Amino acid sequence: MNDTAQIFEQGEYNFAYLDEQTKRMIRRAILKGIAIPGYQVPFASREMPMPYGWGTGGVQVTAAILGKDDCLKMIDQGSDDTTNAVSLRGFFEKTAGVRTTYETSEASVIQTRHRIPEKALREDQIIVFQVPIPEPLRFLEPRETETRKMHALEDYGLMHVKLYEDIAKNGHIATTYAYPVKVNDRYVMDPSPTPKFDNPKIDQMAALQLYGAGREKRIYAIPPYTKVKSLDFEDYPFEVQKFDKPCGLCGAENVYLDEVILDDKGGRMFVCSDSDYCEERRADGHLGPMAADPAAHQFGATQAEETAR
Amino acid sequence: MNAFPSTDPLLQVHNVTRYYGDRIGCADVSFDLWPGEVLAIVGESGSGKTTLLNCLSTRLAPTAGAIEYRMRDGTMRNLYQLTEAERRLLMRTDWGFVHQNAAEGLRMNVSAGANVGERLMAVGERHYGNIRSTADDWLGRVEIESDRIDDDPRSFSGGMRQRLQIARNLVTRPRLVFMDEPTGGLDVSVQARLLDLLRRLVADLGLSVVIVTHDLAVARLLSHRIMVMRHGNVIESGLTDQVLDDPREPYTQLLVSSILQV
Repeated sequence: MNDTAQIFEQGEYNFAYLDEQTKRMIRRAILKGIAIPGYQVPFASREMPMPYGWGTGGVQVTAAILGKDDCLKMIDQGSDDTTNAVSLRGFFEKTAGVRTTYETSEASVIQTRHRIPEKALREDQIIVFQVPIPEPLRFLEPRETETRKMHALEDYGLMHVKLYEDIAKNGHIATTYAYPVKVNDRYVMDPSPTPKFDNPKIDQMAALQLYGAGREKRIYAIPPYTKVKSLDFEDYPFEVQKFDKPCGLCGAENVYLDEVILDDKGGRMFVCSDSDYCEERRADGHLGPMAADPAAHQFGATQAEETAR
Repeated sequence: MNAFPSTDPLLQVHNVTRYYGDRIGCADVSFDLWPGEVLAIVGESGSGKTTLLNCLSTRLAPTAGAIEYRMRDGTMRNLYQLTEAERRLLMRTDWGFVHQNAAEGLRMNVSAGANVGERLMAVGERHYGNIRSTADDWLGRVEIESDRIDDDPRSFSGGMRQRLQIARNLVTRPRLVFMDEPTGGLDVSVQARLLDLLRRLVADLGLSVVIVTHDLAVARLLSHRIMVMRHGNVIESGLTDQVLDDPREPYTQLLVSSILQV
């Protein structure tokens, strides 16, 4: 975060679009968020030149922490080259002129929608999440005054009512994304709509995690190496999704897979949702069962949008 | 007669007054409630019954007066000097509140089992099997079939909803339950069954109850003692049979004589 203030010509953007006063305001919210892990800090979210739902919260957080030497990676559903990622990467290339990358290990700031890279993040990296609905209690308790009070008093019984309902109706905890977690034994937090597959990665993560919700005007954070526990019952412990096949292209196991429909005759394959991870493995010579399939080949370069939610 | 074994009152109410601007909600109400005792507050609409009940149950701060409650550790605490956290804990463990409209006291979009289990989960129960079997047990006690445990209360009849609300309140074994017209809006045969059930549960669990009702029959069936309110003031109080059989105040006489004789 070196000096980003600059004297600019007429018609030029300030570094990373936002003006310096706005960035200071957002940084204060971020610092408060880091000081109280999992607590939702209200902030004066700005209008951004993109619609709500496109990651306006994440963009503002990224703009506030970005420095000239940073290298930025943008992920949308695990992929670097789908619409949201391409547009937001272009936005920062234009307004900040920072270096961008597809490679997880090369990036210093990673902004993501829905996924955490398969490769473990390091202490010198920051991951920024785009959050649509930051309040984990929202669908159970519509009143904001009441949810704030519940957080303040650690009155979280309601969260388990939701999990109870899941088991009663489906026989298992059917929540598969935005799975509620308890941060540092205190605040219950919504880890944004990431699949619960990624929840274990949040726990004791080496990188700083920042969460920005633009429409709801909230920022929250998890500092490095913080305990994050997924809520569960003693007799129904937390479990992540399991896939019975490896990635069709690179043969990776124990990664999150997307289903890709190949034709209209029932042809389909499962491939890594993290496209950078998949490509790197293939470059290293790992091949999956469908890597040679010509139908699969056209998806090797550009993966389809994640369909399974 | 030793119906009330403890000599220490559970709830002490001192000169509770509530104003709505210049108008009086209830004025200068004082009484003691003992463990295992059922107190009925009767009177016509607008007489201040519900205002008083809301003051007692910390849902509405009184303008003047004090309310003391004996906590489980035996100490007497002023309810309005408890911290918010203590008050919430009290309300979901040691107390119950049965609303006239069951929809207010239930979560209508989660199953009956979750409705009963909510308080258990709120106080830290984290074993699904235990929560479910306790919920099932309580549904049985309020005469709801086991196979309705996963149904939403929306699909329940009015009487079932009211019984579910009662189960939800009693699951943590509270010592004091507030009831606001629990039989209002139910037809008479359902009312009779609910009253039967309430009377049995109250006796089995040794509950103390403050029940607000305009129905003197409910008061006669359930309560040991009765308070008659009019224009925000308590005008007569005493043993239920004594007040109903031999009312002294003209207004109470009027109330008693207004009961339809079929």
